[in-house]
Amino acid sequence: MKEFKVTPIRNGTVIDHINMGMALKVLKIIGVKEDVTSTVSVLMHVPSKKAGWKDIVKIEDRELDPKELDRIALISPNATINIIRDYNVAEKFVVEVPNVIKGIMRCSNPGCITNQNEPVETEFVVESKKPITLRCVYCDRVTTQIAENIL
Amino acid sequence: MSADFKGMDVVSIRDFSREQIEHVLRLAEKMVPIAKGDERSVLLEGHVLGSLFYEPSTRTRLSFDAAMTRLGGRVLGFDQPTGASVAKGETLADTTRMVSAYSDVIVLRHPQEGAARLAAHFSDKPIINAGDGAGQHPTQTMLDLFTIQKAKKSIEGNHVVIVGDLKYGRTVHSLSEALAMFGAELTFVAPPTLQIPKEHMKAIESMGHKPKQSASLQDVIKDADVLYVTRIQKERFPDPAEYKKVAGTYRIDLELLKDVKKDLIIMHPLPRVGEISPEVDETPHAKYFEQAFNGVPVRMALLSLVLGAHR
Repeated sequence: MKEFKVTPIRNGTVIDHINMGMALKVLKIIGVKEDVTSTVSVLMHVPSKKAGWKDIVKIEDRELDPKELDRIALISPNATINIIRDYNVAEKFVVEVPNVIKGIMRCSNPGCITNQNEPVETEFVVESKKPITLRCVYCDRVTTQIAENIL
Repeated sequence: MSADFKGMDVVSIRDFSREQIEHVLRLAEKMVPIAKGDERSVLLEGHVLGSLFYEPSTRTRLSFDAAMTRLGGRVLGFDQPTGASVAKGETLADTTRMVSAYSDVIVLRHPQEGAARLAAHFSDKPIINAGDGAGQHPTQTMLDLFTIQKAKKSIEGNHVVIVGDLKYGRTVHSLSEALAMFGAELTFVAPPTLQIPKEHMKAIESMGHKPKQSASLQDVIKDADVLYVTRIQKERFPDPAEYKKVAGTYRIDLELLKDVKKDLIIMHPLPRVGEISPEVDETPHAKYFEQAFNGVPVRMALLSLVLGAHR
C-alpha cells in the first residue's frame, strides 16, 4: 500500500517542486502566520525525480494570487502549482518568471533611491531567467540575489 | 530612430541611439558662438529651468545656468538642500512634482542612484540627469564625446586610453560604452584592484570590440589618440601609502608625454587633484578646460531639444 507522509487535501493548493530549502520562504510569501485558519503542511528535503531534492507546501482552502505566484517563481522557477478542488487536481501549471518584476523585491543596492522613503514601487527588468538576473529600472544595479531581497 | 526630442527625459546615455547622440552633437556645434557670447539668442526666452542640486557641484550647475541664460531663459532652484523643504524631509517625488509645476524643464543632481529615473516618473516636464550618486551622468558623456569629435573630426577609429579608477567610476562605464558604440578603440589602464569590472568588459565585447587592459600607462600611451584621465579616490585605499604609490604611477607630466603622438589630446572631467601636472596645461595636448567649456553648448543643445525649440 502506498504510504502518505501527508494526506491529500480536499480543497486548496499544493506547491510542488519548490527548490530545496525554499519552503519557509514560500510560507512567508503566501503570508502564513499565527492567525492562519486552515491547515498548512510543509515537506522539506523530499526526494525528487527531477532535481534530487525538493520542498513541498500544501495549504488548505486557499488559492494564490498572481503577485504571490510571481514571488514564488523568482525563488523557485520550476515550482508547480496544483489547485485542488474536492480531492481532484482542478488545475496544474508551472509558475512563470515574468519579464518585469514590480513591487515584490527590494533593490540590493543600498544607495538606490527606491530604498529611501519615496512613494514608488520597485521595478526590475528580467535580464536572464536562468539563472534569474534582475536589473533595477532606477539604479541599473544587476542582481542574482533574489531570495534575500524578496519582499 | 526619430530625432524628435521634445519632452524627452535625459536620464541615462543608454537611452540614446548613436543617431540621437550625433544629432545632439551637431546642434551643440551650432551653439558654440552663442555659448562663447559672440552671438546673442532668445531661443528659450520665457522658459524656466528648475535647477535642483542636492549635492554641491561647480561645473555642472554653472554650465547648465550659463546654457539656459545664454539662450534667453531663466533659472530657479537651489544649490544645496539645506533650508529648502527638502531639509524638512520632503520626498524627492513631492519636490519634483512641485518644481515641475513652476518650470518647463528640470535639471537634477542627487546623491542617490536612480534619483533621476524616479523624478522622471513623477514630473510631467522633462528631467535632465546631472549626476545621480555613483550612477549616470549622461550630459558629461555627451560633452566628452563632443570634445573628442571636435578635436579629432570623428570619434570612430581613435585609440582612447582611459586611466584611473575604472572599477568604481561609473561615469567611466557609460563613457566607454558610448565610445565603443561610436567605434573607438579602447585601452583601460588601472592597477589590478581598480580595473574595469568583468561584466562591463563583456558589455563592450558584445558590441564587437576587443578592448585592451594594462597596468602601465608608459606601455600604451605612445599609440594613444586620446588620453582620458580620471581621479583615483583616496578613500578606495585602506592604506594611505598604497594610495600614494598608485596615484604617483599615473601622474601625467611632461616626462611621460615625451614620445606621444603630436595630436594626442588629454581630457579630464575635473576637478583634478594632482593627476595632471600644471606644466601640461600649456601644451597643445591639454583639452580639459575646453572640455569643461563644452558643457555649455552641449547642454544648450539638450535644453533646446527637450523644450522643442529645435527639432
